[in-house]
Amino acid sequence: MAKHKSLLETLQHQGISRRSFLKFCASTASLMALPPAMIPAVASALEQARRPSVIWLSFQECTGCTESLTRSHSPTVEGLIFDAISLDYHHTLQAASGHAAEAARTAAMEENYGNYLVVVDGSIPTANPGYSTIAGISNRDMLLETATGAAAIISVGSCAAFGGIPHAKPNPTGAVAVSDLITDKPIINVSGCPPIPVVISGVLTHFLTFGTIPALDALGRPKAFFGQSIHDRCYRRPFYDKGLFAESFDDEGAKKGWCLYKLGCKGPTTFNACATAKWNSGTSFPIQSGHPCLGCSEPDFWDGGGFYKPLSTPTEDIAATLVYGAAAGAAAGVALGTLNHARKTRAQQAHAPVTVDDLEKGDGQ
Amino acid sequence: MGSATPVDGDCGSGAVRTGNVLPLLHEIRHALQRWLDAGEPAMIDLRSIPMAPGEEDELVSLLGEGEVHARLSALGPSDIYETRFPGVWLVTHYNDNEEIMSRFIEVIDMPSILKSQTEDIRDGQERLAAQLR
Repeated sequence: MAKHKSLLETLQHQGISRRSFLKFCASTASLMALPPAMIPAVASALEQARRPSVIWLSFQECTGCTESLTRSHSPTVEGLIFDAISLDYHHTLQAASGHAAEAARTAAMEENYGNYLVVVDGSIPTANPGYSTIAGISNRDMLLETATGAAAIISVGSCAAFGGIPHAKPNPTGAVAVSDLITDKPIINVSGCPPIPVVISGVLTHFLTFGTIPALDALGRPKAFFGQSIHDRCYRRPFYDKGLFAESFDDEGAKKGWCLYKLGCKGPTTFNACATAKWNSGTSFPIQSGHPCLGCSEPDFWDGGGFYKPLSTPTEDIAATLVYGAAAGAAAGVALGTLNHARKTRAQQAHAPVTVDDLEKGDGQ
Repeated sequence: MGSATPVDGDCGSGAVRTGNVLPLLHEIRHALQRWLDAGEPAMIDLRSIPMAPGEEDELVSLLGEGEVHARLSALGPSDIYETRFPGVWLVTHYNDNEEIMSRFIEVIDMPSILKSQTEDIRDGQERLAAQLR
């Protein structure tokens, strides 16, 4: 049936011309952050691509990730991709409910054993399975059962990738990331709160196009989208380099669009594609609208020591900050910049002095 | 709601510059030289380059409009025009809601997307033949 058709055949069936297909491929290559020279390779790979079966599991989450993905107006590249995959189970989007819904999941697993993709949004509670269940099945059991026959798992959003907000201190549900429970399958972390829609579909498209998982960074994120820091691709970067900073949200610097580092911007330690892919059909991204980056695509961003404290202010967890710094340095040479910058901005320490209380909080862990 | 909605998503956009417009123009100049020397086409994906609000418009207006302007209707419209520098094309692909899906600068004698594709020609020939039968 439709499932066994290649993507090209599916598109032809819909009366879509070869020229339209090439346009689709050009936009797809751009979406996957591939160089334009790869467009012919994308075209020939997509011609052969088969519709993969996708099982989408939603655990401890706010549905923001699904909202993000479905917020694109159809028909879009994303829309076409979803025509091109077979979304066999997604309890928020599917029409079936109860036993019929669970039967769809089991059937998809049996039919495509070893080849289907599992997409997970939300973290998994381990303190007490009762915190989150679907059809009476605990999140942990459903994940372990569904993962057995999966070709790969895509953890969509910071909750599935790193535990996210449920994992924030004091983590009452004992929330963990997918990678804490599954160790024998390839896992792609598409972090962000929520992730950029084109990044979610870009990763699905990569799998669809090449049948492989993309190159990943040390945190399991696709390098095509998470290879560079927000800071490195930020259009306000020239102001950082010149030492021109907004000191408050309504001062002269803020009005002139200067760097938001001193207002707590986590751009230098945050790896994501917001600065180039942007949000809401490319309209803007947080820094463009005058707000510092929260670092939502990094592990434990909620416990990072304050959204409005500059990165150079010690957090209560100094060890973790050093790890961030080292990771950033290895990937993009940011650590050195941050160190140099720390010298320049010694004066700013006066705005957020570290108190004995702050240090004691760190010891109390 | 589409991209035409007048949303002012920018804060303090007036003075911000990445300085990426000039290097891009030089990249285009080099690409033109390569096309003249070796017939090697080039394509620049504008989505992958950081631009401050207004800088892309500045680039587009610097490139200007030349002699050719084509509009596709293929999965939504696409605008393709030659800039005032022959061989430098601006290709913008939209979806049905006129939202930009991708935007490229192509350095070539004619963007390949404008050419009729063999598969489409074959399909058209069959349809014409069927109509005449």
